[in-house]
Amino acid sequence: MNNILQLVWLIPLLPLVGFVINGLGRKSLSKNLSGIIGSAVVLASFVLSMLVFMQVKSGTTASLHYFNFLELSKFKVAFDFKIDQLSSLFLLIITGVGFLIHVYSTAYMHYEDGKDFAKYFAYLNLFVFSMLLLVMGGNYLIMFIGWEGVGLCSYLLIGYWFRNTDYTDAAKKAFVMNRIGDLGFLLALFWLIAKVGTLQFDEVFSSASLAKLSIKDITGITLLMFVGATGKSAQIPLYTWLPDAMAGPTPVSALIHAATMVTAGIYMIARSNALFSLAPLTQTVITVIGLATALLAASIAIKQNDIKKVLAYSTVSQLGFMFLALGTGNYVAAIFHVMTHAFFKALMFLGSGSVIHAMGGEQDIRKMGGLHKHMKITSITFFIGCLAISGIPGFSGFFSKDEILSGVFSHNVVLYSLALFAALLTAFYMFRLYIVTFTGSFRGTHDQEHHLHESPKAMTIPLIILAVLSIVGGYVGVPEALGGHHELALYLTPVVKSAEHHLTHGTEYTLMVVSTFLVLISILFSWLKFRNYKIEADAKGFGKILQNKWYVDDIYQLLIVRPLQNVAGFLNKIVESKIIDGAVNGLGKLINYGSRQMRWLQSGQVGAYVLLMVIGMLILFFIQLFL
Amino acid sequence: MDIKAYIVLSLTLFTIGIIGVLVRRNAIVIFMCVELMLNAVNLLLVAFSKMHAISNTAKLSPTFASDAQIFVFFIMVVAAAEVSVGLAIIVMMYRNVHTVDVNFLNRLKN
Repeated sequence: MNNILQLVWLIPLLPLVGFVINGLGRKSLSKNLSGIIGSAVVLASFVLSMLVFMQVKSGTTASLHYFNFLELSKFKVAFDFKIDQLSSLFLLIITGVGFLIHVYSTAYMHYEDGKDFAKYFAYLNLFVFSMLLLVMGGNYLIMFIGWEGVGLCSYLLIGYWFRNTDYTDAAKKAFVMNRIGDLGFLLALFWLIAKVGTLQFDEVFSSASLAKLSIKDITGITLLMFVGATGKSAQIPLYTWLPDAMAGPTPVSALIHAATMVTAGIYMIARSNALFSLAPLTQTVITVIGLATALLAASIAIKQNDIKKVLAYSTVSQLGFMFLALGTGNYVAAIFHVMTHAFFKALMFLGSGSVIHAMGGEQDIRKMGGLHKHMKITSITFFIGCLAISGIPGFSGFFSKDEILSGVFSHNVVLYSLALFAALLTAFYMFRLYIVTFTGSFRGTHDQEHHLHESPKAMTIPLIILAVLSIVGGYVGVPEALGGHHELALYLTPVVKSAEHHLTHGTEYTLMVVSTFLVLISILFSWLKFRNYKIEADAKGFGKILQNKWYVDDIYQLLIVRPLQNVAGFLNKIVESKIIDGAVNGLGKLINYGSRQMRWLQSGQVGAYVLLMVIGMLILFFIQLFL
Repeated sequence: MDIKAYIVLSLTLFTIGIIGVLVRRNAIVIFMCVELMLNAVNLLLVAFSKMHAISNTAKLSPTFASDAQIFVFFIMVVAAAEVSVGLAIIVMMYRNVHTVDVNFLNRLKN
């Protein structure tokens, strides 16, 4: 049954076809048709991915060679796809969650013009294509093409409502920050080419080529790759683009900025685990940055009042958790958390989209409240998402988060307590969001209250499916301490070699009880604090710092943006207008003046010309004779 | 006879031709001066030819002595053709502008 793997090239090609049809036919396609095309191609990819996954699960993996992408004397890059346990899992997440979000978008974006509607689906398809290329690529270059492609689509979709200047600024910010990271990634690739001479995954990770690399090389390469990951996956110091990226339509935030694109960095590091495991320094850096990001973003999320901003900071924080897992060598846990996070965070983003839809575009939770009465499905599914992200036993987030935490515990107890604290903050702000939005009484205008309604089926059904996945998604990784076999870890064993951690089942059991207990207290505290929520005055002291996001954006503005703008202004006003323009215009003026002076030579008198000719001939004659 | 005399004669004729072209405005006179310059060069060619004809090299190859003199005839034929074209131009010029003053024909200017 090898023929399924022969059809693998269709998986990324179908969304590309959808992009071309929707992109070229955006003026002639009806809204229904472009929505159906956009969703259908992703559904087809999902079905194929499912078949491929079955195939891989039965033990067949493949490297498929199509053509040579680049040939420079000895250095060759092939256009290869690598289908193995890791990439097939990501294929399922991308196309599965992607399809649900496409369906959701058909309802969420229905008020857009036909042309813009098709443009939206074209971009979304292009994104799915790039993301699939990223995870399927058989070498770093193909991965990098996808890596840049998702960055582009992210830019296009954040700036989808491009008539609003703030939104296009957010898009530019995302693009520029991603580019900074990409530069690091690119340098890492050059370094690899210089030392190993190949970018093919199988060859780079073979022991022969690893032997060519000194410890300095490996540390340098992995650190640069991590710089790339901080850009794409929104880690300190390049995370500030992600909250701003909420300017895009909500389904975009769910797909790109929660479920898939931002996990590209984690995928890349998990893919390169053979390199990262050899670089202890890099692992320490990743651990520290991941943990710091998780704490910082969680603390900011507590004080945000925009429903999407809270979710955005929560995403940054959860990505921090994943990097924490990567840093402690616990690759399986990171991938596990990518998967469960894709389910519950996409669920919550889509839920917030449903809320925003009902509120007529309002995103401020201070003006919401009591929405449970009006939109039961959204409320219940959102609640399930909150339970999952908080790590309540039985929900998917519990298993993945617990695995990360126990991995950290076996590594370092101090790190563990900090990570646990971040997890408690997560539960706290998530339930703050839920309680303020869905319970209590409505605080908006009367018109808005009148307008409140449950969203159409195209939006609620994806919510329900994602809610189910958020509950059952964790059962693929039940740890041995709870009598499971951790099927995900078994499945990923051929590709990902996680560091062993030696904890007795008793210790693991204790850790679970402790974290569950603390999370429940945190939720209770949140409930006590916010059940009678009133619009509060602007926070003072520490709360104000949190509300202003630790002033990180302002510091960047002051330290980086302003000086750059000043330099640019100097170049523009002085160098450009005075020196360069002066030189060019001066040259023009000089020639103009010179020509005017030379004009008298062209008198039009034949005699004068002949005279000059004779004089010239005489001069040549004398030169010939006497010199 | 010494070759120098011929050279001086040619040079004189040529200089007269140049000066004539430079200072006169009548197209026919200028044309005659151009012919004068042409024939000065022609004269020089014949003189040099004659000079070489009595040298030792020429005695070994009989055709060598007459080469340049035949060449002169070619030049005279071409000059005759040129004269007919030149005169035709001057006649047309006179028909159009009723003058043969070359400075009158500076219409390319402005």
